[in-house]
Amino acid sequence: MKRLRPLAQAASIAIHPLGVEELFGLFDPVFSRRQLRGVVTEVVRETPQSATIYFRPGYGWRTHKAGQWARIGVEINGVRHWRSYSISSAPGQHPSVTVTDIGEVSSTLVHNTRVGDVLFLAPAQGEFTLPEEARPLLMMTAGSGITPVMSMIRTLIPHQKTADVVLIHSARTEEDSLFVDELRALSAKFPGLRLVENFTAESGRFDMSTPAQLDAVCPDWRTRAAYVCGPEGFVSDAEALWTRSGTGAAGLTIERFHTDLNAGEPGAGGLVTFELSDKEVEADGESTLLEIGEDAGILMPSGCRMGICHSCLTPLRAGQVRDLRTGEVHGEPGELIQTCVSAAAGSVNLGL
Amino acid sequence: MNPLATLQKKPTPPRIDTTSHAPQRDKRESRPGLLADKGSPAVRPPAAAHLSDEQVAELCKELDTIKSDILKKRGTEDAKYIRRVIRLQRYLEVLGRGALILDGKNKAVWVAATAALASAKIIENMEIGHNVLHGQWDWMRDPDIHSTTWQWDFATPARSWQHTHNDLHHRWTNVLGKDKDVGFNLLRMDPAQEWKPVNLLNPVFNMVLAPFFEWGIAIYDLEIDLYLDGTKPKEVFMDDLKAFAKSGVSQIAKDFVVTPGLALATGAHKEAFLGTATANLIRNLWAHSVIFCGHFPDGTETFTDEMVDGEARGDWYIRQMLGSSNISGSKFLHFMTGNLSHQVEHHLFPDLPSSRYGEIAPKVKEICERYGLPYNTGPLYKQVGSAWGKVFRLALP
Repeated sequence: MKRLRPLAQAASIAIHPLGVEELFGLFDPVFSRRQLRGVVTEVVRETPQSATIYFRPGYGWRTHKAGQWARIGVEINGVRHWRSYSISSAPGQHPSVTVTDIGEVSSTLVHNTRVGDVLFLAPAQGEFTLPEEARPLLMMTAGSGITPVMSMIRTLIPHQKTADVVLIHSARTEEDSLFVDELRALSAKFPGLRLVENFTAESGRFDMSTPAQLDAVCPDWRTRAAYVCGPEGFVSDAEALWTRSGTGAAGLTIERFHTDLNAGEPGAGGLVTFELSDKEVEADGESTLLEIGEDAGILMPSGCRMGICHSCLTPLRAGQVRDLRTGEVHGEPGELIQTCVSAAAGSVNLGL
Repeated sequence: MNPLATLQKKPTPPRIDTTSHAPQRDKRESRPGLLADKGSPAVRPPAAAHLSDEQVAELCKELDTIKSDILKKRGTEDAKYIRRVIRLQRYLEVLGRGALILDGKNKAVWVAATAALASAKIIENMEIGHNVLHGQWDWMRDPDIHSTTWQWDFATPARSWQHTHNDLHHRWTNVLGKDKDVGFNLLRMDPAQEWKPVNLLNPVFNMVLAPFFEWGIAIYDLEIDLYLDGTKPKEVFMDDLKAFAKSGVSQIAKDFVVTPGLALATGAHKEAFLGTATANLIRNLWAHSVIFCGHFPDGTETFTDEMVDGEARGDWYIRQMLGSSNISGSKFLHFMTGNLSHQVEHHLFPDLPSSRYGEIAPKVKEICERYGLPYNTGPLYKQVGSAWGKVFRLALP
C-alpha cells in the first residue's frame, strides 16, 4: 500500500480539483471527500410501522458504543433532511438503525429504503452508554426507546456470563412492540436477562407515580444502575420517581426522544442570536436577517442583497426563517440560509 | 459534529464590497430582493420606453409565476440530473486522461482521448461549475454539490469568480461603469464607452484572450484596477492573489506536468502534453465564444445609471432581458454551453437549475413578444460573428 501512495498523490494532482475519493466514488458510492456515507445492505421489517436498516459505512465511520445515536441524512424530493436515530445493532456488526414511522423523514426511511440506497451519516455520539464496570442493571423503555437499549442488550447478554439485566419495556400492543421475538428468545436462553413486557392498550401505562409497581416487578431496583429511554413524559416520570424515592437521579442514565418541531410563525419575528458575535437582537418578521445583523454592528457577509448571488449564506444553528420572496417558512439545524431575503420566524440562532 | 459542518463557512471576516455602488441603506431600497413591485426608474431603457408602470408590474407578476412554477416542480428528477452529469464528466475526465497516459501514441486513441478531456473540461466549467457556483443546486443541501464548497477546473478561484460574476455582473447586468463584464476592462464593447487609442488593439486583445480565456478571467477577477485606485483593500487583494496562485499552479501542474509525467512510463509524454494542451485550447475557445454570445451580439443593450436608479423588480427583469442574448440550437448545444445559450432565462432566474431553462424559454419569449420587447436569439455562428463584429467595429472611434 505504501508504494501506491505517491501514485495516488500524483493521480489526485492530475485530476485537480477532484480527489481520488471522487474517482473511487464512481465505483462505490461510500467514497466522498466531504460527507460520510453508508450503503444500505439490508432492510428488516419489524412492525407494520417500523423497520431496521443495516448499512455499510464509508471510511471515517468509527465503531459506535452500544446506546449511542447518529444523525442520518435522507433525501426527500431531492432535498437532504437529517434526523437522529439510535443505533440498534451491537458494535462490530454492520450498524443499523431501527426507525418508527412518525414523520416525513422516518416515513421515507421505513417505507422507501431499498438495499443499495445511499444514506448520509454523521459520526455516532451520545452519553447513553453502558457503565464501565459490570453491575446489575435496570432498563426501562417505552416505544422506540427500546432501540439504544437493544444495542446494549445485544452487546451484553450473549457475551457476558455475569450480566444481570431487568428490562421493563412498554409498548402499546404486542404487535407494536419492537424486537419482541428476539427479546423473548434472548431471555429464554440467557438467565442474565429478565424481560417484563407491559402492553399499555391492555394494562395501562406503567405506573411511576408511586414506587409500588416497580417494587412489585423489580424489588431491588434502588440498587441497580438504571437506564431509561422513551418519550418525554415517560422519562420525566422516571426522574421524578427516582428523586422522590431518595435514590436520587444520580444512578439514573436517561435519554429523551423528542420531536423537534419548533415551527416558526410567519411574520412573528423573534429573538435572533448571533452565536459567534455573542449578540442578541429582537427582530420583527419583516426585516431581513442581514439588516438585523448589520444594524447590530455585526460584519455580515453580503453581496447582491437581492437573493441571487448567494454570498450571504450563513448557517442556521436553530430555529426557522421565512423567505420574504415566497413566504415559505423553512429551516433545519445546519442549513445554510440567505440572510438577505430571510426574516426570523420565531427565535433564530445564527452561526455568525 | 454537525453533519453540515463542511458546508459552514469559517467565521473569517466577510468579503468587503469593493464596489462603490453598494445599494442605499435606506429601509426600502436596502432590500432589492424584495425590490418594490411598483415604481419606475428615472429613465426607462428606450426598448422598454413604451411600457407603463402598470404593464411592467404585470410583466413582473408573469415572470414571478414562471419562477414559482419551477420551484414547485423542482425535486428528485433534478437532483438525479445533476448527479448524472457529474458522473458523466468524471468518466470523461478519467477515460480521456487515462487513455492519453496509457496509449497516447496511437493516433485514434489520442484524438478520442483529447476529445473526451476537452468535453470533460467544457461540461465541468459550463453545465456543472458555472451553475453550481451560482447556487442553482444549493437547495439539495448536498455538501458535494454546493456553491460554498465547489472547486472548479478553471484557473480563477471559485470564490473570486463568484464575487465578480454572481454579485457584480448579475446585480448590475450591462450597467456601464458598474458591470465591468462589459469588455472585462480590456475591450471596448459598447459605443458609449469612451474611445482611447489603445482600443485600436481590440481585435488583437480578443484574439489573445480567446485561447487563454481562463487566464484572462482569472486576472480580471483580481480586480487589479480597483486595488490600484484604492477601492479594494490590500488585504482582500492579497488573499485573492494567493488563491489565484494556488489554483493557477494546480491547473498548470496537472495538465502540463503530472499527466505528461505519468505518461513517461509509456513513453507517450509528448503526446499526453499535446493532448492536455489541445483540450485546454478547445475549452478556452469554446468558453470564450459562448460567453461573448451572452451579452455582446448586436441588439443587446447597455444601461446608464438613470435607468437603474429607482428600478423596481419588473424593470430589473426587463434589464436582464434587454441586456442578454441567446443562442438557438439543439439540445446538445444547450448542454455543452451549460445552458448559457439560454442567457436571457439565466439572467432572469440565475439560481434556477440550468436544466429547466429550456422549458421556460418559450414562455419568456412569448412574454417578450406580447410586451413588445426584443428577445435576442440566433444560431451560434451568427451570434459569435456579431460579437466579433463589435470587437472590430468598436476598435475605431
